[in-house]
Amino acid sequence: MEHQQALLPEVTFQHHTSDEDFKKRVRKTTIILSVITLIELAIGLTIYTMHKGEHPNAFLVLAFKGIVCILTLAKAYYIVSVFMHLGDEIRNMIMTIVVPLMLFIWFIAAFLIDGNSYKNLRNDYDPHYKQQTTETKAKPAEEPEHKSGKE
Amino acid sequence: MATSVTATQTKWWNGGKSPFNLEYGKVMMWYFLMSDAFTFGAFLISYGTVRFSSNSWPDANHVFNAFPLAHGINLPLAFVSLMTFILIISSVTMVLAVHAGHNGDKKGVVKWIFWTIIGGLAFLSCQAWEWTHLHEEGAWWGSNPFPNANGTVASTNFSNFFFTITGFHGFHVFSGVIINIIMLIMAQKGVFDRKGHYLMIEKAGLYWHFVDLVWVFVFLCFYLI
Repeated sequence: MEHQQALLPEVTFQHHTSDEDFKKRVRKTTIILSVITLIELAIGLTIYTMHKGEHPNAFLVLAFKGIVCILTLAKAYYIVSVFMHLGDEIRNMIMTIVVPLMLFIWFIAAFLIDGNSYKNLRNDYDPHYKQQTTETKAKPAEEPEHKSGKE
Repeated sequence: MATSVTATQTKWWNGGKSPFNLEYGKVMMWYFLMSDAFTFGAFLISYGTVRFSSNSWPDANHVFNAFPLAHGINLPLAFVSLMTFILIISSVTMVLAVHAGHNGDKKGVVKWIFWTIIGGLAFLSCQAWEWTHLHEEGAWWGSNPFPNANGTVASTNFSNFFFTITGFHGFHVFSGVIINIIMLIMAQKGVFDRKGHYLMIEKAGLYWHFVDLVWVFVFLCFYLI
């Protein structure tokens, strides 16, 4: 380790994790990631069975999707913090990565709201578009134009 | 070494040392990954925008329900879960390779990098199978045979976004595998032993974990919600 110190003069101190602690931590994180993925799959299959029903409860579907998003963020946290060791770095390093990523809060909100607004405007002012994309009866009229690659 | 004391008492911005307490190359790898996160973010957000602006969208569970050697059996989410687990496991083997590098354990590095490469190749093979299968069903850039969830004819947006984003991610996995193969050869030849440190393995590791991280979000956006 002293040897490594001399090779990297800009690094003030090195982290050192004992093999025992390291193994424990990696095992724990692997289990957490796998369990979260399994929960996500369970929720995904729940949404699938709900969609098969006649009238899926829109709010419940949305709630499940929200839970899956939060679980995904938890997975991202564990990957970045433990596997990429960002959690072990000094505060300066954590901040130089995390603060710019805050831009995503605006990025996601602004563009999804924009997309939603475009949908509402089109539904309000373009009755043909609304009919075409919401009523299944409009399908036969579309069939000759529709090019499908399916044999 | 009392690391916590050093961390609080050091004047990080006085010069003569890295204010991030990391070697230059590793900091730059982090900044590259941050910019790459914005690239993927922009792709996924544009997908979200288009999806939010559509009255209906194809149901992922009806599109991705096939599994190799299981013809005609409806298995939603099964194949993509396999791919997700392959990537998680290959991330774990990469963590083990990086740790072996910390200890200067050449044999350990070679062994774990090798398994990481196998995991990456397994993931790429799965993706190749999935693309081939979808292509046989008639999906490709500019052609989408899958109807919207409400029964109307879907636009080609769905397949365009799917192939572009999983393709871009697959390309990252591919370059990650190439980088790992180079790391394997360099470690085997003793390049890092001569240098005295295995920092290159750590940087390759950061890239590989990032690929796994992106997949977590691709999995969320295309298959789960």
